[in-house]
Formats: sequence, structure tokens, C-alpha cells
Amino acid sequence: MLEKAKILDQETIQRSLTRIAHEIVEKNKGVGDVCIVGIRTRGVHLANRLAASIKQIESREISVGILDITLYRDDLTLIAYQPVVHKTEIGFDITDKNVILVDDVLYSGRTIRAALDALIDLGRPKTIQLAVLIDRGHRELPIRPDYVGKNIPTAKQEMIEVRLLEIDGKDEVVLVEKDERNNGLE
Amino acid sequence: MSETTAWNKKDLLGLEYLSKEEILLILDTADSFKEVTSREIKKVPVLRGKTVVNLFYEPSTRTRVSFELAAKRLSADVINIASETSSVKKGETLIDTGRNIEALKADIIVMRHNYSGAAAILARHLGISVVNAGDGWHEHPTQALLDIFTLREKLGKIEGLNVSIVGDIAHSRVARSNIWGLTKLGARVTVCAPKMLIPPGIEEMGARATCNIEEALKNADAVNVLRMQFERDEQSAFPQQMEYYKKFGITEERLSKAKKNMIVMHPGPINRGIEISSEVADCPQSVILEQVTNGIAVRMAALFLVTQAHDRKKDETAD
Repeated sequence: MLEKAKILDQETIQRSLTRIAHEIVEKNKGVGDVCIVGIRTRGVHLANRLAASIKQIESREISVGILDITLYRDDLTLIAYQPVVHKTEIGFDITDKNVILVDDVLYSGRTIRAALDALIDLGRPKTIQLAVLIDRGHRELPIRPDYVGKNIPTAKQEMIEVRLLEIDGKDEVVLVEKDERNNGLE
Repeated sequence: MSETTAWNKKDLLGLEYLSKEEILLILDTADSFKEVTSREIKKVPVLRGKTVVNLFYEPSTRTRVSFELAAKRLSADVINIASETSSVKKGETLIDTGRNIEALKADIIVMRHNYSGAAAILARHLGISVVNAGDGWHEHPTQALLDIFTLREKLGKIEGLNVSIVGDIAHSRVARSNIWGLTKLGARVTVCAPKMLIPPGIEEMGARATCNIEEALKNADAVNVLRMQFERDEQSAFPQQMEYYKKFGITEERLSKAKKNMIVMHPGPINRGIEISSEVADCPQSVILEQVTNGIAVRMAALFLVTQAHDRKKDETAD
């Protein structure tokens, strides 16, 4: 794995999230019916940070949930390892809510497709809006984000690594080149 | 890059053959599936397009319904075969029956059989997954897994616990699977029964044996009460039911002398007034019905894991 460029650092990540928080408030005209759902693993931490930012802006607590999409993936039989099924933890009713779905990197769109199916099995939201820290292109499905931290055009053999303080010990987004043609699934 | 796990078995035959890590993986996976079973829409699409055949050579309601619900909540299709209404009556062998089910393109056979080792034989002869739902006196892995799951949920851990199993140990596959599973996870297991119902070799499995119920309950964090299997052997010298109740029955009086919050478990069906009193069966420490609920999540985990392992193996051989 060869590190080619640092795309975001701690400051720019936080700035992006603050901007997205403002955009969420603006687009939804307040946050009365807004809740946030993060996709495991890094989407969860980004969701928590967005909720904290929104609280600073609007002085309101936002419900945050955790979505595990393993059981909805379309590539379970294709991947070499066996993913561990973790719990979905959404302790509130999403019906009639504006659900902000949060993930770190948007790529093929297949994770989001799985997340949409998983969410809809839990209720009927008024809207589902997608927030991602990085959009790297190469969509394979008709899915687009509503809020983007940064658009980064990439080549397919490149990978985006999002590192977050909560699990990786530091905040940064880097572009890496895969050494060889290993089975690089997001 | 990814979380790798140790589950590579296309079959679930018994806890004797599993490592501690594999047992923990099933329990953790079951924990995630339990959340699914608590939803309004209790269904996920992960086994869509798969077919599960419940092949039961022995009567069962609880286990069969539990496996059927587990498969349906994973979106699999389910077919139930009871031996009384099948070609078994016409003399077909177990392996031939299995091969026919495989030829019908089923993906998993869940089998209960009255012969110990039947599930292993079937698994060896078939490419598809086999899940043991009880084979003779040998093992009943998903029952022990749901017992252990319930215990862990209630007490937070298994390691260091004192668990007593009381009842017909000799004829009990539930006892055997529990002993394997609990000892692997670090619990101390005591079995308690009339002397003739304690099988030889139980100590080699890692359990302590006693014929004294007071001793078995002393210091126990949980007691797993087994049914007396009167239907298995009518001729043998079982103590009279009343006498058994007097000497081994789990009564309020015995409960009051045990640890204050001792958990009471029973795999069912319960015989009130024989191995357990009605009051104890319904008391707050009893988790008998929670065991039934947890059974679905545990079986979902088992069906999911064997399917994943089977499909990965299939891909490897195709490459």
C-alpha cells in the first residue's frame, strides 16, 4: 500500500462536517423531524460528530442510530472473508422522519443500496438523505449523495482510507495506491 | 482490512467439535440476530433463494418450529419432512434420503434422528450443509447454544460460573452438548442424577457428578433441569416419578437454600411436579420461556454461518 496524498486532515474534516451540519439544518428547515443513522463502522462516528455539530447550531439533541448492513450485502458469497454480523441499534422509530444516512466513503453505491433496504425494513421514513465524507466516483448504481465533505476523482486502482480519532487514533483521509491487484473491496 | 473469523464448517454437528472461538462467534452472531427478531418486520434477506429441509425422524415441536421460524426470518424457503409420512416408511436408507434431498437442490438439512452419529454420517455423504437438531443420546448443539446464550445474557459471562445439570443425564444429548460447550467457555459443570442415570465417562468430559441434589445446587449460579425421559426406556428401573420428585425435583424449598439469584433453565417440554415444581417453573428466576425466544436467534446464527462457509468453499473449488 503506497500513500500518495493526504486529502483531509483533522481541521478540514471537522470543517467539512460543520458545513454539512449547517446544510442539513438548512435543507430540512430545522431539525424537528431529523434523525441520523450511521453505517458501521466509520459512518457511526461521523454520525455522532454531525449530531454534536447540529446540537451546537440548533441547541437540540438529535437521535443517532447504528446500521449494520451485512445481512443486506449483495456480495456475501463473493468476498473471501466472513464478515461478522453486528447489531443494528436504532432505538427510535424512523417512520415519518427525515433520516440522514451517514457513511465515510461513497464509491460503487452498493453499500448504500444495502443500507436503503435495511432502513426500509425498519419503517417508512419521510425522506432518506445521504451524507458522505468523501465521494470518490465510480458509481455502479443510480445513487447520489445529498451532502458531500469532499469530491475526489480517483482511479479504480486507488483507494481512499478514512481514519478517525475514535478508532484509528487520528483524523485524516489519505489516497493510497494498491500495490497489486488484490481483492480490494471497500 | 477486514474482520476475519474462524468459522469454516459447512455443518454444525456438535459442540465437541467446536473451538471456544467458534462457539463465541455463534453466540455473538446470535446476539445480532436477536435484534432482528425484535423488529416489527422480523425478516432479513440474507438466505433468500436458499432452501432448508427439516428432516425429523423423531417427534419435536419446539425445535422444528424454532428452526422453521429461524429459516423464514432469514428469507429461506422451508420444507418439513416427518419420517412417519415419508419414504423412510418404505425402507429408504438415511443416506439415500439425504441424496434425494440434495438432488432436489436443497441447501441445508436440519436433522433430528434417534441414532447417535446420524447427522455426522449424513454430513459426510452430502455436499450440502447439515445441522444436527439432536442425534440419539449424542448431541443437540443448538439447544446447548441457546442455553449458554441465555445464561450469558443473564449473567454477563460464562467463565467461572457454576452450572448444574439435573435429571436424566445418561439419555440426554442436551446434557452432553451443554457439558462440552460450558466447559470450553470456562464454566464448572456439575451433573446430578440418580446413580443409574449418570453415564460412565462423564468426568472425562470435564464435569463433576453427584447424586446429592443439595450438593449440586450449593454454589450453583444456574441449574439446567432436564426432563426424565420415561418414553425412551419403559423397562428400566427408573425411580417412581414421585420418588424422583422427592429426591431430585427442583422445588421452592430447594431453591430457597440455593444462591439467591440462581437461574433456572429447562430445555422443555417440562413435566410439572416431576423434575420441577410448578412454582419454580413460573418463578422470576426461571428463564424457560426466554430460552425458547433465544432459540430462534441462535438457530438463525447457525443457519447463516454454515451457509456462508458452504458457499465460500463452493467458490474456492469453482476457481
